[in-house]
Amino acid sequence: MTTARPRRLEGLDRAAPIWLLAVAALLMLILLPVGWLAYMSVRSDAGFTFAHYARVLGDPPLQKALWNTVVLALWSGLVALLIGAPLAWLTARTDLPWRRSIQHLVMASFVTPPFLGAFAWVMLAGPNAGYLNRLYRELTGVADPLINIFSMPGLIFVVAIYTFPYVYIMIANTLGLIASDLEEAASILGAGRFQVARTITLPMVLPAILSGFILAVLQALALFGSPAILALPAGFHTVTTQLWAFFQYPPRVEMAAAFSMPLLLATALLLLAQKKLLGRRGYAAVGGKGAQRRVIRLGRWRYPALGACLVVLGAAVFLPYGILLKAAFSRAWAQPLTADNFTLDNWSFTFLSLTTQSAIVNTIELGVLTACVGAALATMLAYVTNRRIIVGHQVLAFLAVAPVVIPGVVLAVALFVAYTRPPFLLYGTLWILFLAYLTKEMPVGYSQSDATLRGIHPELEEAGRILGAGRFRVLREITAPLARSGIIATWCFVFIGVIRELSASIILFSPNTKVISVVIFDLKEEGQFGAIAVLGVFMLVMTFVTVVVMQTLLGRDVMAGRQAGGAA
Amino acid sequence: MTHRRRLTGPLALMLALFLTVWAAEARAQDPRLEAARKEGKVVWYTSLALTSSEKVAKLFEAAYPGVKVEVQRTGSQRILQRMMQELQANIKNVDVVHTSDAGHYVLLKEKKLLAHYTPAGADAFAAGFKDKDGYHYGLRATVNVIAYNTKVIPAAEAPRTWKDLLDPKWRGRLVTAHPGYSGVIATHVLALVHLHGWDYFKALAQNKPMLVQSAVDPSGVVASGERPVAADGGDYTFYQVKKKGNPVEIVYPKEGVPLVVSPSAITSFAPHPNAARLFTDFIFSREVQQVLADTEGLYSGHPQVTYPADKPRMSDLKLLPVDAEELEKRNEEIKTRFVEFFGA
Repeated sequence: MTTARPRRLEGLDRAAPIWLLAVAALLMLILLPVGWLAYMSVRSDAGFTFAHYARVLGDPPLQKALWNTVVLALWSGLVALLIGAPLAWLTARTDLPWRRSIQHLVMASFVTPPFLGAFAWVMLAGPNAGYLNRLYRELTGVADPLINIFSMPGLIFVVAIYTFPYVYIMIANTLGLIASDLEEAASILGAGRFQVARTITLPMVLPAILSGFILAVLQALALFGSPAILALPAGFHTVTTQLWAFFQYPPRVEMAAAFSMPLLLATALLLLAQKKLLGRRGYAAVGGKGAQRRVIRLGRWRYPALGACLVVLGAAVFLPYGILLKAAFSRAWAQPLTADNFTLDNWSFTFLSLTTQSAIVNTIELGVLTACVGAALATMLAYVTNRRIIVGHQVLAFLAVAPVVIPGVVLAVALFVAYTRPPFLLYGTLWILFLAYLTKEMPVGYSQSDATLRGIHPELEEAGRILGAGRFRVLREITAPLARSGIIATWCFVFIGVIRELSASIILFSPNTKVISVVIFDLKEEGQFGAIAVLGVFMLVMTFVTVVVMQTLLGRDVMAGRQAGGAA
Repeated sequence: MTHRRRLTGPLALMLALFLTVWAAEARAQDPRLEAARKEGKVVWYTSLALTSSEKVAKLFEAAYPGVKVEVQRTGSQRILQRMMQELQANIKNVDVVHTSDAGHYVLLKEKKLLAHYTPAGADAFAAGFKDKDGYHYGLRATVNVIAYNTKVIPAAEAPRTWKDLLDPKWRGRLVTAHPGYSGVIATHVLALVHLHGWDYFKALAQNKPMLVQSAVDPSGVVASGERPVAADGGDYTFYQVKKKGNPVEIVYPKEGVPLVVSPSAITSFAPHPNAARLFTDFIFSREVQQVLADTEGLYSGHPQVTYPADKPRMSDLKLLPVDAEELEKRNEEIKTRFVEFFGA
């Protein structure tokens, strides 16, 4: 910290206004809406009140929604852990066949919008018309369905297969950093394979396991699309769907604000717990790179293990993608795809509609804009915090990742309150969506930029300064070229996050500012399966094109490094 | 009549297109067309099923080249919510508003959000399709019915009355749409509350129906076989899926069928008023009303519209109308109690 002082003074150069602007933007992005939200939750015409809290917390149906969310989040986290942890261990430490392909498929599941997965699973496991259930009935002759996707267990399953990648990434990254020395030492001292795993490996990975679990729980808490598609038909609400339901006519914004608070509190506590866990990760053995890692031979378990991985990936990727493709080309999705049933009408109907066309344009505009501004802002903030340019940079680092705790629906309620009244009348424009996306993607963008800048040692910049270059010139000629690939990666992550966003958009859109995810949701409410499948396929293609372009540009597997992210 | 039955959807549409193009000559004289072209488009918030709405829009664009129709299709309740939310933020976006909740028009009229306008020829419409003050007119009508999948349910076992649906044998086999989304269903719920009381819905909820949102959706759910019986839904949606070759049969319950007349009106703040009037005249014209009757299976207030032979006449049905004022007053009660019984 001794060097911080001179550097801070140095920072008071021509670039200072830019840092201050970035800081102001961040404060405005987060504090303004959250402040409004808190204010609305205690506001009444008669002044300060706790009446809204009393109403939302005392109402049995709303209590039920809270309880449902707790059940959903904890069970989804647990199932995600049970899937993600073994998968991470298998791909990171064993001689499992097709490890690279499995890693890629886990990432495919990671970038799949969860609401699309939920929608696909309606076609796969609707109790009567679902493909898997019909197959099961034909094979066994049993009348009852194998899986009823419109139920709490069904919902948990669908949420878990799209959140397990969070656990996977946490654990796979940690396993990749643990050297095998200790494990080998234990083996030499006579410990069996199981004993080594239990007494050496597990304790070292435990923080990663717990924090992966917490991340998965956070994701499940924040989801809107999957419960809307699977829980509402079964006749139950979660907090997120209930928040959305408050926006009927007449809207009950105060109730929504008050009901947002328990969710906000829960996510904040969880994140705090996760930080504590990771903060204690002081094992000397974790963190070193370059050490030898022993590959564990699975022996006769190789193929059964591969089979298990493929079952998981089948559920998350192959089956949903297959059924979406099929529905996109079918007149009736539940019928076999015969010549009679084959059609291109879904495609022409979807793409000829003015609503869809403008939604596609809006989505791409917002994606590009948010990605550009987000990547720039995140990089600047990461620069400020890494180079400790201003006082309170730790607070900035915290604020930049703070939106992780704000579920999309809650953020939308907050933005709605903040920007539907003067002086900031943004509702009805793309700007309110832009602000929502920028705020929501900031943690992802910041983490990525932070990692990038950590890798660029200040010495290079200092050398430049000593040789007489100003900060701008150093930034342009030294830092920017070194950070280039990191910035591109940030751009792509934000873009992918934006084009799939549903939970904030569903409250903030107006008919002129619909985005693809909102159109899909509208179509869902009318049961237009063919058109949804078409748009879903389109969205997936956009996502994968971005991923492929990014990987070609950067020439490496950037997805593997990602840790935190926003839910759709 | 016999030749019309052979006209399948696309053919009837082509005929209609031909008629509209033919009529375009006369329309080119319409002095409002130039003004409408300057405005460029008309924004239509509509609760009519998306495919039907898009079809009407395409017909209009063919008849009046240079004037686009921006279709914003969602459920009746969502339309009202969006419109009010926009107005609160001082956004004036809607030209023509069309929902299936007649209560909305009581509210909108009271708030002075509707323009006084009688579409050409609408004077001659049937009595239930006209506002006495001349602000809104019924664009279309449908009735709520029961429908079932004939592959799963033999005709002899199908429910015949609303009360039949309460039989425990239908547990887990029903689908219902939602009054918090759909005006057709809000109207349906009120009509049946008059007929059988709220106890009916309390008992229906015991059979654990699948809850969907739009009154259009039950037809798709029944056609796919996900639930074999629909406990409500506009008859025109079932008519359409049946016409497409799906194994769906419609039951018009003996106790009577809730009649839903869906009004259309121009807003008092319409940003494209000329296009709005042109469009409103067009959708109330005989040609468009006939298309709605022929290919979409809707009922019309137009005295000259004829119906496909396989659709019952409105006069043959025991209709259960609801009072718009009452629907508006009890809107909140309908939504709240429904959620209370059905859970979401």
